[in-house]
Amino acid sequence: MTADPAAFRFVSSNRRVREDRRFVAGRGHFVADVALEGMLHVAILPSPHPAARILSIDASAALAMPGVHYVLTGEELAAATDPLMNGLDTPKVQRRPLAVGQVRYAGEWVAAVVAETRALAEDALEGVDVIYEPLPFVIDAEEALAPGSSPVHSAHGSNVLLDRTFVWGEVEKHFAETPRQLSFRVTWGRSSTVPIETFGVAASWDPWREMLDVWASIQMPKYPDQIARALRIPANGVRVHQDVDVGGSYGVKRGIKQTVVVAHLARRLGRPVRLIEDRLENMGGGDAHGPDRIFDVEVAFNDDGIVRSMKMRALDNVGAYAGRAPFQLGKPIGAIVGPYRIESVQYRAQSVTSNKAVQEAVRGFGQAPTNYAIEAAIDKVAAAVGLDRIEIRRRNFIRKEQFPYLIPSGTTYDSGDYHTVVEKVLTHIDFPGLEAERDRLRATGLLAGVGIAACLEPSGGNSSFEPLLNENNSTTTWMDSCRVVVDALGFVTVTIHTTSSGQGHETLVATVIGEVLQIDPDLIRVVRPDSLNCLPSNSPVGSRMAIMLGGAAFHAAQKLKAKLLRIAAHQFGVGEDKAIYAAGSVTEPDSGKQLGWVEIVTIAHRNHHLLPQGMEPGLETTHVMQVPTGGKLPKDGRVQMYPCHSFEFHVVLMAIDPDLGKPEIRRYVIGHDCGTVINPHIVKGMTLGGIAHGLGAALLEEFVYNDEGQLITQSFMDYLLPSAHEVPEVEIVHHCTPSPHTVFGQKGSGESGYLGAPAAISAAVNDCVAPLGISFNKLPIRISAIGDAIADAQQRQSKPQEKSK
Amino acid sequence: MKVELRINGVSRSTDVEPRKTLLDALRENFLLTGTRAGCEHGVCGACTVLIDDEPVRSCLMFAVQADGYEITTIEGLAPAPGELSVIQDAFCETHGLQCGYCTSGMILAAHALLQHTLTPTRDDIVEAISANICRCTGYGQIIEAVEFAAARLRIANTLRPVRDVDEPAAETK
Amino acid sequence: MLAGDEDARLIAGGQTLVPMLAMRLARPARLIDILRLPELAGIREERGAVVVGATTRQAQAERDSVIRALVPMLARALPWVGHPPTRNRGTIGGSIANADPSAEIPLVAITLGAEIMLATKSGSRSMPADDFFVGAMQTAIDQGECVSAIRFPVWPHQRLGVGFLEISARRSDFAFVAVAAQVALDEDGCCIDVALGLGGVGERPLRLKVSSLVGIKLDAASVSEAVNRALAEVEATSDLHASAAYRRRVAVTLCTRALEQARADASDKSREGLR
Repeated sequence: MTADPAAFRFVSSNRRVREDRRFVAGRGHFVADVALEGMLHVAILPSPHPAARILSIDASAALAMPGVHYVLTGEELAAATDPLMNGLDTPKVQRRPLAVGQVRYAGEWVAAVVAETRALAEDALEGVDVIYEPLPFVIDAEEALAPGSSPVHSAHGSNVLLDRTFVWGEVEKHFAETPRQLSFRVTWGRSSTVPIETFGVAASWDPWREMLDVWASIQMPKYPDQIARALRIPANGVRVHQDVDVGGSYGVKRGIKQTVVVAHLARRLGRPVRLIEDRLENMGGGDAHGPDRIFDVEVAFNDDGIVRSMKMRALDNVGAYAGRAPFQLGKPIGAIVGPYRIESVQYRAQSVTSNKAVQEAVRGFGQAPTNYAIEAAIDKVAAAVGLDRIEIRRRNFIRKEQFPYLIPSGTTYDSGDYHTVVEKVLTHIDFPGLEAERDRLRATGLLAGVGIAACLEPSGGNSSFEPLLNENNSTTTWMDSCRVVVDALGFVTVTIHTTSSGQGHETLVATVIGEVLQIDPDLIRVVRPDSLNCLPSNSPVGSRMAIMLGGAAFHAAQKLKAKLLRIAAHQFGVGEDKAIYAAGSVTEPDSGKQLGWVEIVTIAHRNHHLLPQGMEPGLETTHVMQVPTGGKLPKDGRVQMYPCHSFEFHVVLMAIDPDLGKPEIRRYVIGHDCGTVINPHIVKGMTLGGIAHGLGAALLEEFVYNDEGQLITQSFMDYLLPSAHEVPEVEIVHHCTPSPHTVFGQKGSGESGYLGAPAAISAAVNDCVAPLGISFNKLPIRISAIGDAIADAQQRQSKPQEKSK
Repeated sequence: MKVELRINGVSRSTDVEPRKTLLDALRENFLLTGTRAGCEHGVCGACTVLIDDEPVRSCLMFAVQADGYEITTIEGLAPAPGELSVIQDAFCETHGLQCGYCTSGMILAAHALLQHTLTPTRDDIVEAISANICRCTGYGQIIEAVEFAAARLRIANTLRPVRDVDEPAAETK
Repeated sequence: MLAGDEDARLIAGGQTLVPMLAMRLARPARLIDILRLPELAGIREERGAVVVGATTRQAQAERDSVIRALVPMLARALPWVGHPPTRNRGTIGGSIANADPSAEIPLVAITLGAEIMLATKSGSRSMPADDFFVGAMQTAIDQGECVSAIRFPVWPHQRLGVGFLEISARRSDFAFVAVAAQVALDEDGCCIDVALGLGGVGERPLRLKVSSLVGIKLDAASVSEAVNRALAEVEATSDLHASAAYRRRVAVTLCTRALEQARADASDKSREGLR
């Protein structure tokens, strides 16, 4: 599809995001706003030990306390429910919402106290007496990997959940043939996207209808299915209310263990039950941590800086249970060479358990850490051959004329024009001016440098990493859907079949349908039915909704338009090819006959005698769409991952006072190409928000476990979220290389900014300190570490006999 | 304990446990759910309300301490049902929000700033919202919203008590 | 009331106490709200001092013209305390009683040699700030006592300057290192009096001995030497956010810079706008 913005009426114009209206009035409808009569409240008793056997649980004191209704233990829950699902084929790594027999991380949920109010439930936590027998534990990934480490799941035998090596192309041959090599390690510290709203869920069981109603702050594909499975009830006995607003998720709100606890209690107690995590429960035991990953990378390159081959070992510490998180090692396979023409890749994906809290899907699903490693490689190659870091990227970039471009691991990148984006950014910045500014800062005694990062945002959410990493999984369908209804009075209502957490899906869909039907999007109402009234959806993950929801809406609207046209043509007595649809009316140019919207609608709804033979009355269309380019199983370790690939190019000017070590971003520019932009406000918001997340991951945020296996960053006093002071003003430079796979040429942008900002910001820090011979290879890079490293280097430099690092 | 609170210009009384925070009382006793809990330890600012026109974290106040003040919640800003104040509308114009969870607190912080000055610098705006964490927007479009609201208020055709704009000439652009 | 009840705690602004209650780190059975007690409120001038009532809101003190004119170090430090919303409720006395090692108001009290006034069961007593701050979150206050006011000494000099610097991970976080400096100069620019305080580095804020700077012109070399000597024995803590080595090193940097800031401030004859 061509995508000339001038050709669109509504797409690409800066229309207000309609969802904003209710939020600015304080009328969002979040799970904590759901009031159910007779609702009881849950508080969680966490484990104080990183690993221990549970010898006994005595809740008698708690049950005697005021307002307390029940205390649920893991044993009871395990008898009544099935374990939570794993992604990998690791049946001996069983995951339960409440610990059974053994706790495996400090903060793991051991018991759930149910009371009239949350405060009374918290009071009663003290009345639950648990006797533990501490066990050996392991926190560090490399220790967990080593044979002889205490397995977190003894039945599984080791801590290794996944150890799979892929070889795409003639890696050894390329390494042998290429004159130069280097190797390094970088570490992505454990952080997460930490939404301001914690996870919450309320459930209510209707025994007369045998229906479980669920309201949750959820962003989870196949949520109703997983609830049904766990609770051993029919899937059509689960009704998830998707009109609950979600206060931010960015991947992590999967909440299945919380939901199973609450659903079981609702059923058991015959009253609605609610759990809203408090911040401590959320940080320590909500199981929403992000990748925790060590990369060992080797690259083979020549004197011109062309990188021919790469070996990457990614060791990820998922925490005490498996779930879906290990797949975050698989998704990056779909862009394993980044935007570069690397010819062959060896990739070893290792996932280990440890006695830390559990990882969940975080924005990008592993792509941001992988981009950090790839960009570090490119920068190091540039330094090795003495080449400018932008020039080396130009030399290695896939060129515009090479698209669609097949990468060694089996994904074809749809489109891109990386060189043009870079040129646009450099022109916008006046790059020589930026370098002069850097030099001016240096002349004042500051350390100053520029960080560069170029990376892809794969989008479309085709989860073909599932069958790639688990041969028992044959999922190739990753669909989404939309329904358009025109009522008897001619008003348009659209249903979408997912929750949203701020991505503006209602606006997206109204814009697309308005564009197709050529009617004002503001007239289109978008609603979210509950899950029993939904068509299939896989929720907004993997930056997929612009592509998938936009696509489904487009096709549903096209079907509707076709029906309107057919009805009208039938009235005119001509073939459909002789009639023209425009802005809700249909005309037949030859005769000048015309039928307006209301007239056609009336015929559809009321005048069956006027309908074409065999046509269904009414005006309702649906479309269920498969992900473009998807639908095939992996072969020989290769598969098409996501369909579309957005591109971003970050340039960061940074200054560091050498005596204080505090990095300060002086300028931040991002070039962003996500194809056709359906709503500019939304895309801008995603990009700026993603950069803020990335800044946190690069400089501030970490879930730190001490040697005793305790999480010492459990509140916002120690887990530092960027405020308006920390996030710089960001300049966005746009480019549009449409995707051939989508209806308007749109690509995803839900993960934009986050996928490249950590790489760019850490590169900026490293460029600042490079003259001192130091570099940082672990995120986050804290002020104290920068200060100490600078001081050490300055001391070394002042001693002429000692070599600098 | 009985307590009488003046919320959005209306005196209302209720019975609360002494340990109930103002945040919880607003949400549960008065059903004003626009004020939200994000951390309950005074860092994120989602619970921000105005106490005598100044932003305060309602999760750090007990309801029984809140008598005798003019409390303003997000529900008190709209001029009428279905209408939006200039600031609220500005947030819609620039898309200064995504998930909406921090938005109530953020708008009240902006509102308080614009009561002090209609010519805030970017630094003034940053300082005013620095106590409200947003995880969605990266703050850029929020700052734009406040700038936009300030500009509109500067040329608005209303009488308003503003502490810094006291030259008559200011009203003629 | 407080004296009779071991399980009771005072609450004023609540900005540090309530988070502890929410996280169940403090478990008093009763809270005694002193925020509106008139005898604890008010800012008044005395001879040679400004007495700030314990329940004075930090935001109020930030705007107060008496403090701005007579206790410029406090005025300079206040914008660094927490965030505007926490200053709207948090009190001067509350920060003093909380005694966080990196808090700005205790640092100012120590640096200026303020007097902490306490209301006791039987009446009142007071002690120098240096005696009041015992350790991290620990003061010499007895059960049943309450901070009633803080008496900040006023320097009479014409050419008075202050410096205040801190370094933290984010703009409003607890400081890794905080420094407060005040100098008075004569007409020739020689130092007549100097006060230097350091917070965030150890268990409590410290007043540093830099009396060697009195009588000289505060040139860079002398300042550096005095600062290094004053910091030689200072012990620094190490935690997640900053190493001891970092704190010690940055203490030197910030002390030096704060003194220079104060000197420049004092040299500047037009003394409008201290912030």
